[in-house]
Amino acid sequence: MSVVVYTESEKGKLKKSAFEVASYAHKVAQDLGTSVTAVTFNTDDNASLGEYGVSKVLKISNDQLATFNAKAYASALAQAAEAEGAKVIIVSSSADSKFLAPILTAKLNAGYVPNVVAAPDSTSPFVVKRTAFSNKGFAHTEITSDVKIIGVSNNAFGVVENSVSATVEDFSPSLADDAFSTKSVEVDKVAGKVSIADADIVVSGGRGLKGPENWGMVEELAEVLGAATACSKPVSDMGWRPHGEHVGQTGKPVASNLYIAIGISGAIQHLAGVSASKTKVVINNDPEAPFFKAADYGIVGDAFEVVPKLIEKLKEFKAQNA
Amino acid sequence: MKILVCISNVPDTTSKINFTEGDTKFDTTGVQFVINPNDEFGLTRAMWFKEKQGAEVHVATVGGAQTEPTIRKALAIGADEAIRVNAEPTDGFFVAKQLAEVVRNGGYDLIIAGRESIDYNGGMVPGILATLLDMNFVNTCISLEIDGSNATAIREIDGGKEKISTSLPLVVGGQKGLVEESDLRIPNMRGIMMARKKALNVVEPVDAPQPTQDQKFDKPAAKGPVKLVDADNVGELVDLLHNEAKVI
Repeated sequence: MSVVVYTESEKGKLKKSAFEVASYAHKVAQDLGTSVTAVTFNTDDNASLGEYGVSKVLKISNDQLATFNAKAYASALAQAAEAEGAKVIIVSSSADSKFLAPILTAKLNAGYVPNVVAAPDSTSPFVVKRTAFSNKGFAHTEITSDVKIIGVSNNAFGVVENSVSATVEDFSPSLADDAFSTKSVEVDKVAGKVSIADADIVVSGGRGLKGPENWGMVEELAEVLGAATACSKPVSDMGWRPHGEHVGQTGKPVASNLYIAIGISGAIQHLAGVSASKTKVVINNDPEAPFFKAADYGIVGDAFEVVPKLIEKLKEFKAQNA
Repeated sequence: MKILVCISNVPDTTSKINFTEGDTKFDTTGVQFVINPNDEFGLTRAMWFKEKQGAEVHVATVGGAQTEPTIRKALAIGADEAIRVNAEPTDGFFVAKQLAEVVRNGGYDLIIAGRESIDYNGGMVPGILATLLDMNFVNTCISLEIDGSNATAIREIDGGKEKISTSLPLVVGGQKGLVEESDLRIPNMRGIMMARKKALNVVEPVDAPQPTQDQKFDKPAAKGPVKLVDADNVGELVDLLHNEAKVI
């Protein structure tokens, strides 16, 4: 009856989102009077999950699962959930989680609610709050199926420490050949760069930056902050920046703690994609830019003067607080 | 090759979002409905397969009669036939079950749906559909090539992309990248005239459970005014982000 949580990792190390979904699972397990079982794939730091309320880890070590494969991972998770008799399964809002969760939903005949932003409103009936209408609204959604799958929105619940001692057990799911009928041929990731989904801070540039040659200061600002870089839709449409950096309604969603928009006017489609971010800063020379209405902090000014100054001040700040 | 493009009828991206009937329903007053943008990229890619590889393209939607202008638009863009399952799409699992029935009856090799609809953002229909039908599945797909029964896809992942090799029958959760924004088509007069003559078959839903129900909606709390920092005093912003917002 435990709450099962899918924990994501990179190169054998659990991601921050793994600790966030574990924290969420702990809250749900407390409400239900049960415990949390985490499922890990080829990770080394399994016992660290205990710090976030996980009392049991089902550790899968399998070379076939070295690269993410949605169908095979979903199959393994379904077997773990069944072995645990789990009625609630928690996943994140990463691209991988959103890929496997629907497969898992169909396999377990479950009810799935993604983009959940808070602990359940109640567990009987089981009601969760999620974003809808591309962050322009929230829905309180009841899940009535026996098995429930919840996708937790990034940075919405946060990482919460709840130290328990975690037992680690090996778990070996049986995987049929047909679980690998979609094969990963090549993964193309920029090494050493934080992704938009995993970033606490995102620095984003728009048309106001006038051309791709001016992105040096955006990159530098991102580096100082340990942030991911992003861009508005026109910028990616014009080919100034890669598509993978486009954030907004038809691009990647952003739910970071801090979002800094430079030279982005704030079209409604852009705001829909980024408004889940907690603190928003806008730098724009047009005081009438709609983004100022959606932002927490703003500077009206020329980005080419403001951003270098901001970089300088942040470096001073970091030097003092190092 | 027979392709089914799944279409969601959604409020235009610039719509004001309001709720009605005690905040239990989306208020459609004055709202313009369009083909879900993620689906439109898929539809346009399907047109490419039709023109270059001789594919037959059908579109399907789950929705009431009010969705027909959106379906007609898909026909005007160039789809050959349309199916409307006459039911309100209130739950993703329910919708996937309806579409699975359409696929079983139509014998499709490739199903292209959007990675998510921009209204309820569930993002689950393509994956559930693929699993119900025991078909291969690629989500957040930004490139798709078909050669015989082999498929090569690129999907967007967090921080990069992944090339995937798989085979038909296949379900794709598509998005921008399948085609470029500039490739999207506006129906011309000839297309609109022809669309009137194309078949739009209405079928009744099959019995299926609805494991989730939206009970109530609300809107984000009104935000206070922006705090402006002088461009000559950028240090104050660093201060505010550290001491007030506590994000650095």
